Amino acid sequence: MSNNASPTTQPSYYQEVERKGYSRRDFIGFVTMMAAFMGLEKSAIGQVVKALETKPRIPVIWLHFQECTCCSESFIRSSHPIVADILLDKISLDYTETLMAASGLQAEAAMKNTMEKYKGEYILCVEGSVPTGADGVYCMIGGKTSLQILEEAAAGAKAVIAWGSCASNGCVQSAKPNPTGATPIHKLLKSSVPLIKVPGCPPIGEVMAGVIVHLVTFGKIPELDRLGRPKAFYSKRVHDTCYRRPFYDAGLFVETFDDESAKKGYCLYKVGCKGPSTYNACGVMKWNNGTSYPIQSGHGCIGCSEENFWDNGRLYERASAFAGFGIESNADDLGKVALVGTGVAIAAHAIATNVRKHKLIFNLEKEGKQSEKELDA
Amino acid sequence: MATKYLQIHRLRRVYVWELPVRIYHWLNALVLLALIATGFYIANPLALMSQHEATGKFTMGWIRYIHFAAAYLFFFNFFFRIYWGFVGNKYANWRQFIPFSKKFFKEMWYVFRMDILMLKGKEHMSIGHNAMAGFIYFLTFIAFLVQCLTGFGLYAAMSGWWFPKLFAWVPNFLGGDIMTRQIHHWSMWFFILFVVIHVYLVFYHDYVEGRGEISSMGGGWKFIEEETFERGHHQTPNPEKPAKDVEKK
Repeated sequence: MSNNASPTTQPSYYQEVERKGYSRRDFIGFVTMMAAFMGLEKSAIGQVVKALETKPRIPVIWLHFQECTCCSESFIRSSHPIVADILLDKISLDYTETLMAASGLQAEAAMKNTMEKYKGEYILCVEGSVPTGADGVYCMIGGKTSLQILEEAAAGAKAVIAWGSCASNGCVQSAKPNPTGATPIHKLLKSSVPLIKVPGCPPIGEVMAGVIVHLVTFGKIPELDRLGRPKAFYSKRVHDTCYRRPFYDAGLFVETFDDESAKKGYCLYKVGCKGPSTYNACGVMKWNNGTSYPIQSGHGCIGCSEENFWDNGRLYERASAFAGFGIESNADDLGKVALVGTGVAIAAHAIATNVRKHKLIFNLEKEGKQSEKELDA
Repeated sequence: MATKYLQIHRLRRVYVWELPVRIYHWLNALVLLALIATGFYIANPLALMSQHEATGKFTMGWIRYIHFAAAYLFFFNFFFRIYWGFVGNKYANWRQFIPFSKKFFKEMWYVFRMDILMLKGKEHMSIGHNAMAGFIYFLTFIAFLVQCLTGFGLYAAMSGWWFPKLFAWVPNFLGGDIMTRQIHHWSMWFFILFVVIHVYLVFYHDYVEGRGEISSMGGGWKFIEEETFERGHHQTPNPEKPAKDVEKK
């Protein structure tokens, strides 16, 4: 992605930062913070500064489908104001239903304009899943289905970012029975445009900003894991970076939310914390300006950045419901029933053996007894 | 005196389970027991009431350590057994487990009728596994595989070694760690049920056949009636010599 070569007349990010009235110090502070979040080493800070000073801003189209806008909310609450002001406010976004000033035909024209003018250069951000049921009528904008809009916009994009669990995994709309046929976008995109998944409900604002800054700075998508998530933010489990981990290893657990152990801040594993099976950066970056994250406030992780987290189990228990055997049953209940059933079957079999194979057993015994007698003789 | 002996079966000793097979069996039993016990603990740890600081305790850590150490033993033991299925004696051969011929299915059906439906007829006397048992062990090997894949898949994220990392694709394939954990937990019940039925059937065979079924996994010996042996009527598929050849003798 070589933005320098592109014939854009866009101002650079730094120019916009200056125009907004931020000092150089604020700007450097922002860059340092972002570099730290991205896991870059110190020498890379200069690279980021230079990129933001020289590279023209990348046009962004931000589409909203079936979603709750929590991703946008999270993004504009990134801890550093420059994120919202510069990356998002009015500079980068050429089209976003939630925040743009234009509406109706004007808005559609703005999007079309960006798509044509910056073909192959713009970044497409998608928030929300795409309903595919009933030919996509559940979510239509300007007379087009979500799928049509997505396909059109993705065709000329440099990269596609799937914001949040809706776009990455389907999230709550695709939970059973998924009435609208909600589908994450990686299952729908046919073009070979690189896709970055940023799951979470919502994703952490700094993670979102980090992904964009990475794209801007290095001109390429960040290193992704097998599922297409940036490794910098999704390679560790919440459990691995949890400050309550020592209690887990010690075997000290909260049993109920109002017990003494909860007061002492023990591990929330037994009250359903999904930290051990959730890949996210919450334990490191935390939320709301690094204030806290769910586990720190005494509630287990619900695994919001994991696939199917609505269907995968209960929020306050480790064991999940065993499909088809009632909402309260879990695998262990079923296992116990099967164990008792096996016991009964074995008892029946043992009795039947003595009845049906009586002669055989009788002969064996007789034979054995006879041998015993002959030994004495 | 001679007439008396006609009723008495003469038993011929057959070396069925070689030492590596026996070691495999008992190591597997031990390790499975440890895995099930620690697995239950990990899934639902006991409520410890302690005045100690977390720094002075490592209860969950030790339980998990035993689980992982046992898992490695389990895996390599299983791996060894597959190898032995190619180099061991005919009773250990992989052909004993995979239904590959009509004869295998026929024998399975026969065992089902004799041992489960308890129909009257000529008793089935196998030397190694009967076909039904062999097939169930085949399913067990598949369950081993499922547990190894899901277990090491979950473990991959917390290991720096390349070996567990080979399994890192598993949770992604199954739809995340949460689902993988559930499958790992559900599959464990197969082993519990298997152990119960397995132990019962060993006693059953010892009881109705009187050929040293239980002790065979100790010394490796099983005993078979001389006349059966000579007729070659035992049904165990012999990979080296087709049954017909034995009959000709």
